[in-house]
Amino acid sequence: MSPDIESIRSQFPILGQTVYNKPLVYLDNGATTQKPQSVIDAVADVYVRCNSNIHRGVHRLSNICTEAFEEARRAVARHINAACAHEVIFTRGTTESINLAAFSFGESFCAQGDEIVITAMEHHSNIVPWQMLCERKGMKLRVAPIDANGDLDLEALGRLLNGRTRLVAVAHVSNVMGTVNPVARIVAMAHAAGIPVLVDAAQSAPHLPIDVQALDCDFMAFSGHKMYAPNGIGVLYGKESWLDRMKPYQGGGEMIEKVTFERTTYNVLPFKFEAGTPDYVAAIGLHRAIDFIGSIGLDAIAAHEHRLARAAIERLTAIDGLRLIGTPAQRAGVVSFVIDGIHPYDIGLLLDKMGIAVRTGHHCAEPLIDHFGIAGTVRASFAVYNTMAEVDALAAGVRRVAEMMK
Amino acid sequence: MKDVPSINQIQDDIIEEFAAYDDWMDKYSYLIELGNDLAPYPEEHRTQQNVIEGCQSTVWINAELQPDGTIAFDGDSDAIIVKGIVALLIRVLGGHTPSEIVDAELYFIRQIGLEEHLTPTRSNGLLAMVRQMRLYAVAFKSIENK
Repeated sequence: MSPDIESIRSQFPILGQTVYNKPLVYLDNGATTQKPQSVIDAVADVYVRCNSNIHRGVHRLSNICTEAFEEARRAVARHINAACAHEVIFTRGTTESINLAAFSFGESFCAQGDEIVITAMEHHSNIVPWQMLCERKGMKLRVAPIDANGDLDLEALGRLLNGRTRLVAVAHVSNVMGTVNPVARIVAMAHAAGIPVLVDAAQSAPHLPIDVQALDCDFMAFSGHKMYAPNGIGVLYGKESWLDRMKPYQGGGEMIEKVTFERTTYNVLPFKFEAGTPDYVAAIGLHRAIDFIGSIGLDAIAAHEHRLARAAIERLTAIDGLRLIGTPAQRAGVVSFVIDGIHPYDIGLLLDKMGIAVRTGHHCAEPLIDHFGIAGTVRASFAVYNTMAEVDALAAGVRRVAEMMK
Repeated sequence: MKDVPSINQIQDDIIEEFAAYDDWMDKYSYLIELGNDLAPYPEEHRTQQNVIEGCQSTVWINAELQPDGTIAFDGDSDAIIVKGIVALLIRVLGGHTPSEIVDAELYFIRQIGLEEHLTPTRSNGLLAMVRQMRLYAVAFKSIENK
C-alpha cells in the first residue's frame, strides 16, 4: 500500500515554509533529511525531563537516560537485525564510524605490504580513512573500477582480491548516482577469500531494508541525520568476533575497565569503542526516527522513492541537452544530471531562487566526478515526504533554467 | 583629474540598477547577461597564478597597473552567474588607483542581496577573488610609494 504522503509531510514542520516566497521543495535528502515532530519532541523531552550523564550516575535521572540510550542501541540492532546490541557502536556519524573501523582494524590486523580494496564510486569518507591507514602502515589502496553506466565491475573487483587483501570497503548506495551495489555478492566473494567487508550504508540505511546478518557484512557504517534523526549520532555495526579483537580507537572515560598510571584495561563491547560522553540525546532521537521509519515501513519508503526517482528521470531526460550521470541497473532515490554548456553551480543557484533545494558539485566524491570528466553534477535526492508535485516542480525548474541559459 | 566616477558612485549606480528588479529570477537573468557581456578573458592570463579555485566553480583574475596609475582587471569564471558577479566587481574596482581600491568598502554586494555569494564557504571562489583584487592593489600601492 502506498503511504499517505500528505499525512507524513504534516509531521515535518520545516517542510511547510516558503523560501523566496516559493513553497520549499527540499530535494537534498542525500545530504541530510528533515526531522519529524516526534524526533524533535524526543530531543526536547530529554532536556525537559531527564537530562543526565549516562552510565555513571547512581541517581534517578541518570538511570532514566542510561536506559533510554541503551534502548536506542537495541532499537538500532533490531532495525538492522544485528545478532546482539553490543555489536552496535554509537559514533558521531558515518565518517567517524569508518575512521574508527579503519584505525582499530588497521592497528589490529594490518601490516606493511597489505592491501585495502575500495571502489571508484566511494564518498571521500570511505576513501580518505583507508588512505590514511595505508600511509601509516605502508599499505596499498586498490580501487575496483565502474562501468559507463556507473555500475561496479564485479569481475575486476574479484581480480583485486588476493592474499594481501585485508578488507573490502564498499558503498551500499552511491551518493552521486544512486547505484545500489550488490553487497551480498561482494561479501560472498570476499568471504570466499577470507576477507572481511565494510559497508558504507550512509545512503542506504534511510532508504532500503537492511539485514546485516543476511548480507553477512562484517562492518556497516551509517549516520542518523540522513535517516530523520538528529545530527551528531551515527552507528558502526561490527561483528562481535572482529570488534572483540580490535584495539580501541580513542582513549578516555567510559571505554576503560581499570586505569592505573602503569596500565589500563579496556571495557567490554560496545563501551570499549565509546570513549567520552556519547551524544545520548541524539541517540534517543535516533530511536524515535527508527520508530518513524518503522511506522511506514522501509519497503514502502523504498517503493515511494523509487517511483519519484523514475518520474524524475522521465521528466528530466525530456529536457534538451540534459544528461544523467549514472544509469545503474538498480537505483535508489538519487538522480544526478548535467546539462551541456551549463555549469551545475548555476543550475543550483537558479533552482534555489525557485525554492528548490538540490545539491551541486562533486558531492565529496571527486574521483568519481573526474572519472566522468565533468565539473560536477546537479543531484536531486528523495525522501519519504517528497511528492510527485515536487518532482514536477524540479523538472519545470530545470527546464526554465535551460531556457534562461540558452 | 580623472573623469571616471568614484567607486562609491559606481556602487550606487549598480544598487539603483538592481532596484528595478523585484523578482529574484530577473536579478539573476541580469547577472547572466552581465556574465555573457564580460570582455573575453585573455588566454595568456589563464595561468596557475591567476586561478582561484572554489569547491564548485573557479574564477580567474588578472590585474595590471596602467600608465595612468590605475589598475585594469580581467576576470572570468566557469559558472555564468559567478562571472556576472565578477563583472560587477571589475566594474566597481577597475580603473581606480591602488589607494582607492585598498580604501574601498564594498557595500553594493549586500545592498543588492548577493552577500550569500561572498560567504566564506569557498564554494565559488568569489571571496578569495575580492581578497586577491585588494592584494593586487596593496602590491601596486607599495610599488607606487617607492
